[in-house]
Amino acid sequence: MALAKRIIPCLDCDKGRVVKGVKFVDIRDAGDPVEVSRRYSDAGADEITFLDITASHEHRDTTIDTVRAIAGQVFIPLTVGGGIRKLEDIRAMLNAGADKVSINTAAVIDPEFVRAAAERFGSQCIVVAVDAKRVSAADEAPRWEIFTHGGRKPTGIDAIDWARRMVDYGAGEILLTSMDRDGTKIGFDLELNRAVSDAVSVPIIASGGVGNLEHLAQGVIEGHADAVLAASIFHFQEYTIQEAKAYMASRGVEVRE
Amino acid sequence: MNKIAVIDYGMGNLHSVAKALEHVGRQADQAVEVVVTPDPGEIAVADRVVFPGVGAIRDCMAEIRRLDVGSMVEQAMQEKPVLAICVGMQALMRHSEENGGVDCLGFMDGEVRFFGSDLRDEDGRRLKVPHMGWNEVIQTTDHPLWQGVADRSRFYFVHSYYVHMHRAELIAGSSHYGAQLVAAVADKNIFATQFHPEKSQTAGLTLLRNFLSWDGQG
Repeated sequence: MALAKRIIPCLDCDKGRVVKGVKFVDIRDAGDPVEVSRRYSDAGADEITFLDITASHEHRDTTIDTVRAIAGQVFIPLTVGGGIRKLEDIRAMLNAGADKVSINTAAVIDPEFVRAAAERFGSQCIVVAVDAKRVSAADEAPRWEIFTHGGRKPTGIDAIDWARRMVDYGAGEILLTSMDRDGTKIGFDLELNRAVSDAVSVPIIASGGVGNLEHLAQGVIEGHADAVLAASIFHFQEYTIQEAKAYMASRGVEVRE
Repeated sequence: MNKIAVIDYGMGNLHSVAKALEHVGRQADQAVEVVVTPDPGEIAVADRVVFPGVGAIRDCMAEIRRLDVGSMVEQAMQEKPVLAICVGMQALMRHSEENGGVDCLGFMDGEVRFFGSDLRDEDGRRLKVPHMGWNEVIQTTDHPLWQGVADRSRFYFVHSYYVHMHRAELIAGSSHYGAQLVAAVADKNIFATQFHPEKSQTAGLTLLRNFLSWDGQG
């Protein structure tokens, strides 16, 4: 008897529609977020992550309406990210029915924001999204830095130090994305995952690069992830959530049936 | 009309629990009215009361005291079915170790303890805190709220502090994460869960549906 490792389909949304880009370009449309969420919940997804990739202020209300609609029909945990910059943004998302919010750029601009958010709303609902890119040369010890703005903007901050600091400030979970792997379908950056997971006390969600079910299992077994996140392999029905769970169970990973 | 009052003291995701109750009411073809309210009058006339809670205990207790939620809960506990969820359950206990130690309502004889920063499983592997995700719940008593829920069903948990009850006979469900933890408590007309039934899909919705028709008898 143990806590199950979680499988989390991720909905990248733009103006209320689910999209998933390959390396953030070449975006394809995979449907209505409420419909997609319900489908995943019925199929046994353990959580849903909703990332608002536009996150511009004029579309804020669309996002809140979508979150409210999902939360009214889907009774599994829901994390919302994208454009979370102020305590009021967090309150609005939680009031709309989100269970957790994911903070990315705003944490880099003002790390104290994470502390204030965790103090106000509790660590359990504060996820810090860490977008990391390998910056070491092939013959060096591996080193990763965090990037913002969808992986375009370097910060010079070491990813492992940053994850530790965010946990000290009250992050209850880390959503770790390898920017090198995102959209490539060649698997997680397992070294990165393991390094961050072993460095912090809170759960890690591995993200970026899933192309098949073995990648999901590797994320847990070799990457020491507590949860695995994927988008395109589920959106385009290459694999179902149930197939993913059955495969992980066959590799000895505890999952929710 | 079955009227359910969800006590709103500004802490946490009340939308979800209200929506889940409405959803199971529809499924059961029951006329259910769910109100999310801090108003003692509304709570007094409800048929059933939900005492939720999310976040840090110090802030929760501060709001509970400021709005006198304690007397609303105490009143409800004397006369109708009450469901306490997560920090709502913890707030019923005597004391919590969170935030350097906080006195809680003391309606139940239990303590809220920290999992610790070096939590390990039986094989010595480190366990992450918060305890976040789906864990099995062993039903330690027969209870109307467990009806139709398979023993050892998984429910969704998210917490860093857990309840220890001094009277084991009040424990209705237990779970394990480095330590034995109280997953559910049943005492007369009150049922309390550490997990979130409103986020626990089929198992959780079944429990909520049972709550809608529960008469408050063990």
